[in-house]
Amino acid sequence: MTVKFIKKHSLKISVNGEWKKTEVAPGETLLYTLRERLGHTEVKEGCGKGDCGACAVLLDGKAVNACLTIALQANGQKVITLKGIGTPERPHPLQESFVKHGAIQCGFCTAGMIVSAKGLLGENPHPTRGEIRRAISGNLCRCTGYTKIVDAIEETAKKLRKQ
Amino acid sequence: MGNQGKEGIEKLEYFAPKTLSEALILKGKWKAVGTFIAGGTNVIPDMRAKGLRPEVLIDLSHLKNLSYIKEEKKKIRIGSLTRISELASSKVIQKCAPILSQAAYQLGNPLVRNRATIGGNLADASPAADTAVPLLVLEAVVVAESDGRKRRQIPIDQFFTGQNRTALRRGEMIKEIIFPKPNSNAKMGYSKLGLRNAMAVSVVSVAILIDMDGNRCRKARIGLGAVAPTPMRANRIEEILTGREITKGLIEDCSIEVMKEISPITDIRATEDYRRQMTSILLRRVIEQVTS
Repeated sequence: MTVKFIKKHSLKISVNGEWKKTEVAPGETLLYTLRERLGHTEVKEGCGKGDCGACAVLLDGKAVNACLTIALQANGQKVITLKGIGTPERPHPLQESFVKHGAIQCGFCTAGMIVSAKGLLGENPHPTRGEIRRAISGNLCRCTGYTKIVDAIEETAKKLRKQ
Repeated sequence: MGNQGKEGIEKLEYFAPKTLSEALILKGKWKAVGTFIAGGTNVIPDMRAKGLRPEVLIDLSHLKNLSYIKEEKKKIRIGSLTRISELASSKVIQKCAPILSQAAYQLGNPLVRNRATIGGNLADASPAADTAVPLLVLEAVVVAESDGRKRRQIPIDQFFTGQNRTALRRGEMIKEIIFPKPNSNAKMGYSKLGLRNAMAVSVVSVAILIDMDGNRCRKARIGLGAVAPTPMRANRIEEILTGREITKGLIEDCSIEVMKEISPITDIRATEDYRRQMTSILLRRVIEQVTS
């Protein structure tokens, strides 16, 4: 049996709290849908094959690689990108901390780092530095050497615990 | 799928079955053309790297009731769609079979662990498959279902038939993995060697389970990963240990013998010789660790 046509499928996902409906190709990834169809270019493509973590998003609360998720697998589910965590108008403490600590150089890994950090703090409000390093072990950074990123996440955890 | 350009999008159909039987009917209908996808953490990179070109994707990720970890009186049952991250953090697994949670804990990275599934890890059947090695030692059984044929129970030591090849027949999919609960005083240990602390394909991995009778070994099970075309049991080493007192000398003998029992290759990660030497060292360390 061969496949002779491409059928477009209807996808419904919540992105940063807003339900969106769009047509998608069967094999397209969540990364593609978010960036190209829904305009969420804050989700970055670093490698497209799950090796760098730049495309990390929260899917039903769990940090995942958007490039390793077929968009239709997220049908009916809730996605949070960097912009759902904080914006320039209302930055999340993680973002403020990253800026304060110099944890951003070229900025390309940052969206994914913050998503992974948000995922961590959602599950573990008292992470050790080791646990922080482990939580971002799927996110590569070619610029900073990671130390400032870990500092920023550690300080944010402390700050959030005080609130 | 990279630039998500033309490749992979042209000839592709997608189905999201809601039940296991629907999934099996689809696979039965599409046969070799139909590719199961669960976590996607192997299938999608394979589409890029290995030129895997599925024509029909059968998405298992919407199936409910296949993600579970159930503790029964004498066994543990794990649904095939259970995420690796769930395995790693499961209190039941940490208590009853810590070598499995330790292997899951070290698989890939956190983003991958939140999607990858135990069924997918086994079905992909990499020689270095992380969950395979403890499951071999736990003497697990893979339960396979297909449309129209009887459910099959495949002992895990018959499950891997070659590099990325399994005993699953056309139209079959893994429903669950079952293993007997080890004795509460069984000693278990696991060690994975990779080229870095995360995102590392195993260079060598070792899992052991030893049932002691005083200071004599009553039963030994040893699993090795990434040192043969499939994850394997070190049967000869198990024989050496069984019934004996585990002395420093015996451990030394085992660590030398094991180098003859494996058939590692040289690849981009390590040479054959390095793998042989590391297997010897890791085996010794893990046996020492559990018998100290």
